[in-house]
Amino acid sequence: MANYSTNEFKGGLKVMLDGDPCAILENEYVKPGKGQAFNRVKLRNLISGRVWERTFKSGESLEGADVLELEMEYLYTDGEMWHFMKTDGSFEQYAVEKKALGDTEKWLKEQVAYTVTLWNDNAINVTPPNFIELEVVETDPGLKGDTAQGGSKPATLSSGAVVRVPLFINQGEVLKVDTRNGEYVSRA
Amino acid sequence: MVFLEAVMTNDWHPSASLETLRQRARLLAEVRGFFAARGVLEVETPVLGHGGSTDVGLASLSCEATTPEGRERLWLQTSPEFAMKRLLAAGAGPIYQIARSFRDGEVGRRHNLEFSMLEWYRPGLALDALIEETVALIQAVLGRDPGPVRRWRYRQLFREQLGVDPFTTPLGELRRLAAARGGLSMDEASRDDCLDLLLSLEIEPTLGRDGLDVVVDYPASQAALARRHRDPEDGEWVAGRFEVYLQGLELANGYDELTDAAEQAARFAEDNAARRARGLPEVTVDRRLLDALAAGMPAGSGVALGLDRLIQLALGKASVAEVMAFATPRC
Repeated sequence: MANYSTNEFKGGLKVMLDGDPCAILENEYVKPGKGQAFNRVKLRNLISGRVWERTFKSGESLEGADVLELEMEYLYTDGEMWHFMKTDGSFEQYAVEKKALGDTEKWLKEQVAYTVTLWNDNAINVTPPNFIELEVVETDPGLKGDTAQGGSKPATLSSGAVVRVPLFINQGEVLKVDTRNGEYVSRA
Repeated sequence: MVFLEAVMTNDWHPSASLETLRQRARLLAEVRGFFAARGVLEVETPVLGHGGSTDVGLASLSCEATTPEGRERLWLQTSPEFAMKRLLAAGAGPIYQIARSFRDGEVGRRHNLEFSMLEWYRPGLALDALIEETVALIQAVLGRDPGPVRRWRYRQLFREQLGVDPFTTPLGELRRLAAARGGLSMDEASRDDCLDLLLSLEIEPTLGRDGLDVVVDYPASQAALARRHRDPEDGEWVAGRFEVYLQGLELANGYDELTDAAEQAARFAEDNAARRARGLPEVTVDRRLLDALAAGMPAGSGVALGLDRLIQLALGKASVAEVMAFATPRC
């Protein structure tokens, strides 16, 4: 991979730091009027998801990371690995470990496209679409006529996620949910 | 039309809103009014010079141009300092300039490759009086009272905030502290590199939070073009230099100006030697400045103020780009 100098650090650039692939979030150029210039850089470790703050002398460089973000459809799990397939027509499949799947496990639905992050051709992260439609498999019975008032109750969705929903929602209904904050949006 | 649609992008738009540019114009008029009222003459000096800044901490841009001398390398000025000092030596009296200045590689939230430097010189004026005038200018442009003005000695800031002494703490200890605070290796770093990092990352963000903070008595090694003197309090060699901070931003850098031609020539030579040692390109020394100093420049003080940053703070913006018509990414 190519090397990138601090002045090429832009949001989204993938670089290697301490052996892990990282995505640059922010790069602030810091310099006393006369004197050594530094770059204060925020990076997200793509393996752990943690945000690191590091300082570099301006002009230093980091090796680029062979990271690709691809759209893949969720197929199934064999209990140990979760299997995804590229949506580019190649039918190429990738097996994802639980560790890489992380919180996305509770948003999995077959035939939905997810963003899978590959590092050196290994899946290290899976991001769900911002909105997903899922069926309610368990919730307290809905209250008739109570469509406008506030109040909410927990509902378990087909993927395993538990979200707060309005009181009028019934078991068997399909809901639109925001995966970023886990909030109910509307009936689908 | 097909071709046009294919290449159309949105980045032709100004970096600043038109309303901001109108306010910027009003603030520029404010600056000019400030100096007109004080009898300071506005001057314009060349952006290109046969000599450039040798300062190791500054990277100069240069270009080739055809002049009556033939094909020559000319340096884009990192500040209008040299030409303005030649005017002082010629007897211009107090002068100011809003000068477009260029520093290679400096692009970010608080930097732009080219920027407006407000620089002024006061022959016969002591540094303390120039600090007062700088504060008055900042207040006039801000249009509000930024709070009390506090004065800090460079040494005092490091002692109080970091528990180290910039003059006497062993280099090894400074390197360890800088490495720990910055999260990088400082094993090869010089004393000034360590101090720069600690000042930039740890001290600067705390300055100017509820008033204007003025930092004085810099280490002699950071004198740049300021006179050095022995501190009457503790006997350390310090630079006759001040900086003004507001909201964590370095706004101005002033000097008790060096007028000694031999000393100036020696510092230029030291800078270029340090450049060679670091593998940096050497910069042509401005021999006309040296000749002007030899002919006699009146003692006095001068200050350079980052006008875009001051306008940014006056208008409550988050970056210098937001007060520029077209910042470097859109130039």
